Order: sequence, then structure tokens, then C-alpha cells
Amino acid sequence: MARQMTAPRTAAKTGTRPTQMSGAQTLIEALRREHVEIMFGHPGGASLPIYDALYDADFLRHILVRHEQVAAHAAVGYARASGRVGVCTATSGPGATNLVTGLTDAMMDSVAVVAITGQVPRPVIGNDAFQEADVTGITMPITKFNSLVMRASDVPHAVHQAFFLASTGRPGPVLVDIPRDVSQEMCEPHCPDDISVPGYRPALDGSSNQIATAVEALASAERPIIYAGGGVISANASPELTALMERTRIPVALTLMGKGAVDETNPLCLGMLGMHGSAFANWAINAADVILAVGVRFDDRVTGRLADFAPRARFIHVDIDPAEIGKNKPAHIPIVGDAKRVLAALVAQARAPQIDAWWRQINEWRERHPFRYRQNGERISHQFVCEMVDRLTGGRAIVTTDVGQHQMWMAQWYRCREPRTFITSGGLGAMGFGFPAAMGAKFARPDRQVVAVVGDGGFMMTIQDLITSVEHQQSLPIIVLNNGALGMVRQWQTFFYKGRLSASVLRNPDFAKIAEAFGARGIRVERPDQVEPALRTAFETEGTPTVVDVICDPEENCLPMIPSGQSVAEMILED
Amino acid sequence: MSEPHAATISVLVQNQPGVLVRVAGLIRRRGVNIHSLSVGPTEDPAVSRMTIVVDTAPDRTEQFAKQLRKLVEVLRATPVDGTPSVDRELALVKVNVTPGTRMEIMEISSVFRANIVDLTDRTMTLEVTGRSEKVDAILALLARHGIREMARTGQVTLVRGPQNT
Repeated sequence: MARQMTAPRTAAKTGTRPTQMSGAQTLIEALRREHVEIMFGHPGGASLPIYDALYDADFLRHILVRHEQVAAHAAVGYARASGRVGVCTATSGPGATNLVTGLTDAMMDSVAVVAITGQVPRPVIGNDAFQEADVTGITMPITKFNSLVMRASDVPHAVHQAFFLASTGRPGPVLVDIPRDVSQEMCEPHCPDDISVPGYRPALDGSSNQIATAVEALASAERPIIYAGGGVISANASPELTALMERTRIPVALTLMGKGAVDETNPLCLGMLGMHGSAFANWAINAADVILAVGVRFDDRVTGRLADFAPRARFIHVDIDPAEIGKNKPAHIPIVGDAKRVLAALVAQARAPQIDAWWRQINEWRERHPFRYRQNGERISHQFVCEMVDRLTGGRAIVTTDVGQHQMWMAQWYRCREPRTFITSGGLGAMGFGFPAAMGAKFARPDRQVVAVVGDGGFMMTIQDLITSVEHQQSLPIIVLNNGALGMVRQWQTFFYKGRLSASVLRNPDFAKIAEAFGARGIRVERPDQVEPALRTAFETEGTPTVVDVICDPEENCLPMIPSGQSVAEMILED
Repeated sequence: MSEPHAATISVLVQNQPGVLVRVAGLIRRRGVNIHSLSVGPTEDPAVSRMTIVVDTAPDRTEQFAKQLRKLVEVLRATPVDGTPSVDRELALVKVNVTPGTRMEIMEISSVFRANIVDLTDRTMTLEVTGRSEKVDAILALLARHGIREMARTGQVTLVRGPQNT
């Protein structure tokens, strides 16, 4: 028996029968039932009926962004900071295509996002109408699922199914495309009782036999390591992972996406591994005999050359997505399941292995090659700023980053104390992500200190939405690590292209003045002794974003580095 | 990694608009080459079966099937290589004939249990059914008479015995 929706008062005003609602109204009602409180979007012709219905929705806060890419990135920031579904919306054609980068980011990093797009009216679909684009076609490979809704009465089912698919199993973005005349069409809405999808049944509990085998493998290991990633965070499995780490004393290395899965100040945690990870984490995983890989996908930025990655190890691979197991590296003990449940089962059965000698070796490596940097005279080291962010926040803030050198330095120096505090574009590596993601995170967690750490290149890609943050009086520090270059491009050109700096040096505006022009606070920092007071001011400023433009050493390189496609043996430790 | 070979995967999908595009798009973006792909209804009108023959290394076939299963509309994806199965393909072949070659072509047709479904004074159209190798074999014999045009359905497959494909 279908549950009847309550018709809003506006329906009565326009004289239609009270049970009748427009497609757009059923959309808003479906969002209400999904407990959506905030959505990021930009209106346009094809979404006018949706925006008209939004006008009456007092439960739903719409954040008007100035570019749809920002809406998608903000939805990701919101989702990753809160663990809830992020929602963004755009009109047809260019509005929807501007979402593409953000949705691809959500797909690569498995973030639960629902995108609602307007589409041209049904009679002109396929006619190359004004602002028409085949949005379901364009987004097919970058969404977990998408649909074009052709009847108003189908809107609730499509929306509820979108939230279900986005947030269950391996999370991901789902897009619902609604033609303008479907939004306008009147219908007798009913809320579907059953939104299950026949071909979609994520396995949650790992096989108990496989778990028992994994327990034995870990208990008898001499050099075990846990390689943990974003799946631990999306499964809210940090307590279980922490318990397993503490109970077995097996070291934990984190991927970029896994940062915060355990408290990184715990000596059992080796921090980040991979291309720019710590030397000791990389040496440890490559010497390991048993690796518990959980919520990871053996990305090339972690493994380098696959054949040489941890060549002596037996792999236990836990993932909710069966297609990840064995995709890049064969798993000796595959376990398909939800990280939280599988880790809980492992904790219950785990026995601590005898690994004192292993820890002596790891600690020797750790002492020999910690992260380190030197201030080059009066030049400000990026790493000094990142370390300062860590020190002043105690690792308790939610930080977001763009992509490139500053991202890797933050990953190295910012030691997260808890999950959902390191929000970065991991798989896609989308510049322009950091600031919008911080806005989204701040809307999700207004009670928390949120800090955007961005590069001068990336910030320019989405800087226009500073006005959105100003408009909403966000207490949001934005730290620009400004080295006048696309730093990682410059670094690769320095190392691998004979220093031929092709199109990687930037002429920048005065970011502090730009901030002031937007009505935000702007601080320019040119000397090392100015860094701490400027950051303190930014962290303490209430009611407005503060842009701290830190002029950094233009020649600093991010190390250690395992060059692309190589192995830990080729790691570059020092310039 | 082992050498690519033709692997058959039988896929049950929800019969909905866009499913073929999703499957074809997945195959393309995972860098797999399609030999043949046939789609048709099943005993359940809500479900279609696709039989996909792709070039893939034997140790990657299961990974490819897993990627197919990730598509929300895919109900089942089964690699059938190594399982006893019935594989069939149908070809329509329009071949040149002359009064001198007609009997020979009819003989070839008879050996391969093909049906002659159309005949003119200059052409003959054969309908041949069987495993792809059999179709290839008759085409090789007909080639010297001049194949004017042909259409092949691509392979369809069911597993032998009572179990479902």
C-alpha cells in the first residue's frame, strides 16, 4: 500500500485538487523524506520549476554557488565531513556539464552525492534544443547510477533510489535528470515502499571461513602491516581498526584517502604510504610478509610498479566492492564485506603476533628517515606552514586541500586525530577542490574548525565562490601556500624534464586584496615569523572567511618521492 | 599476464532503456575488445540476456565479469568458458551463383546443414546455424564463389544441463 504524501498548501492555492502535486513538488517532498537539510546549486531555465518549489521549502537550505563545479565539490565536502549524502543541483546543458568534475571526484573517491539536474522538456529532447546536453549519457561513466525521469509520478522513486544507491554498498554519486515539463506536470504522488534494485545486493558480512584464515595469517606473521584506506572511513570503521591495531600491535599505514582512519599521533600508526608517503611506511610495507589491506584499491600512487610492490607478502584484501579484489594485485585471502563488520569480527578473534623484532626494525627506519625540512633563509617553507597548522589545531580541525605539492605536504605533516578530518581530491586529483570542499564541510560541521589549505594554482580555479562563503558568514580560514607556480608540475619538470619549466610559473594576483574586495579578511605573509600570528588570527576570526596568502619558497620540492611507475628501491629521499 | 583469447560471458540485465549503452560503455572504458554481442529477450519479459564474446586474458575474465556486475541493472554475469555449453550463431550469406556453380553450393549447403532461403538467377542466400567455427568454415568455402553480403547474429550461449547459465 503506497504511502500518500501530504500536499503542500501551495497546491490548494492554485486551485488544483489537494492530492495533486507537481513533479518539482514531489522532488522537494522526496528530499524532505531523505532528511536533506542543505543543497548546493545554481538555477537555470530547465530547473525553474524546481527552484519555484524550493521557494516554499523551509526545511531545506539552498546555498547559491557561483559555478556548478563548486556545488559538486561542496556536496562532496559536506558528505565527507558529515557521513551524510551531499546534494547538489544544476540546470540543463552547461549547468549539468559543470558538475562533471565534481561528480568524477565523488566517483573516484566513493563519496555519497546526489545530483539533481534540470533537462529540456520531453518533446524537444534529442532535438539539440537550447541548453540541451545528453547528461545521463555524459555522466554514465562517472556516476554509480543515473536516470532520466520521464513522468512526474516517477520522481519520488527515482530520488529515493538515488539516495539508496549513493549511500549503500560502495558509496558514489547518483544523478537524477528531470525534464522541465516533468517538473511542471501534475500528478498524484505516492512514495514508493520498495526501492530495492534486483541486481544490487552489497555483501556486508565477510565469509567467516575467510576471516578465520585471515586471523591465523595475522597471528603467525613475522612482519605484518595493515594498509588502510578511505573504505575504513566511509564504513565508519575507525573504532574497529583502532581496536585491531591496539590489540595486535600491528603497524598501520594509511593511504591519502585513509588519513584519520586511526589517530596518526599513535606510535602504532606509520602515517601515509605511497609516492610521497613516509620512507619508513614504504619500507615497512615492502618488507611485510602479511598485509591486511582494508578499504583500499591498490592505486598506482600507493603501489608504484605493481610487480615490485610488497613482493614477499600474502595479501588479505577486505573490500565491499568485489571488483576491487584482485583488480590490481591478486589477493591470497579475499574478504568481500563491509569494513566495519569484517574488522569487528577480526578484533573479536585476533591474536597478537610476535613482532618485537619487526617493530625494532620499523622504529630504526623511522628514526633514520622522519619527514624533515629546512627553512631556506627568509624563505617560508611550505612544510613549516603545514606543521604550524598541525600544531595550532592539534590535528583536531577538519582540513581540506587542493591538489599538488601542498596537498602532499599537508598529508605528511598534518596528523589527523580522527576520521572525516582530511578532505582532499584523492583519486581524481582535481585542482580547485579544496576551497569549495571546505565550504561544504563548514556547512556540515559549523561547530568545528574547518581549514582550507590550497595552492595558488588551485585556488584560482574556484576563487569566485569566496563571495558565497562571505555571504554565509563562514568562519573559514583559507591558507594559500603561494609559491608562484604549479608546484608539482614544476617539480616534475625539474626532476624529469631537465628543468624546462614549461607553463608552470604563475603570475598571481594579490590574494589578500582579492579577499578584501569580496568582503572577506585578507592577510599577506612574507616572512617566517609572520606565519604563526597570521594563522592564529585566521583561526580566531569569526563570521567571515580569512584568506592568508603565504608567500612560500618557490623552489621547495616535495620528498620523499617514488617516481611514477617505479618501486620503493627508486625512492628519492633528498634533493 | 596470459594472452588474450575469446571469452564468453553471459549477462542477464534488466530490460530498461540505456542498459546496452551502459554495458557497451563499460567494455570500452575498461579497454576490452568486443568480438560479438547479442541481445534478446528471455523467458522473463523484464529481463534480457546479452551474450558477450570479448578478447581478454583468461585470468582477467572474472575481473571483467565483476565490473559488469557492478552495473546496477546487471542481474548476473557468468563467464561460461570451461563449462560445457551450447554455443550457436546464425549467419545469412548471400553468395554469387552461376548455372555452373549452383549444384556445388547446394552441396556445400547440405554438408553444413544450411538452409537455402532465397534464390535468384545470380545469387543464393543461405542460412547457416552452428558454432562460430562452423560458420567460419562454410564462409571459407563460399568465399571463392564471391560473398556479396552477409549478416551474423553473434554467439548465443546456454550452459548444458539443468543448472542456469
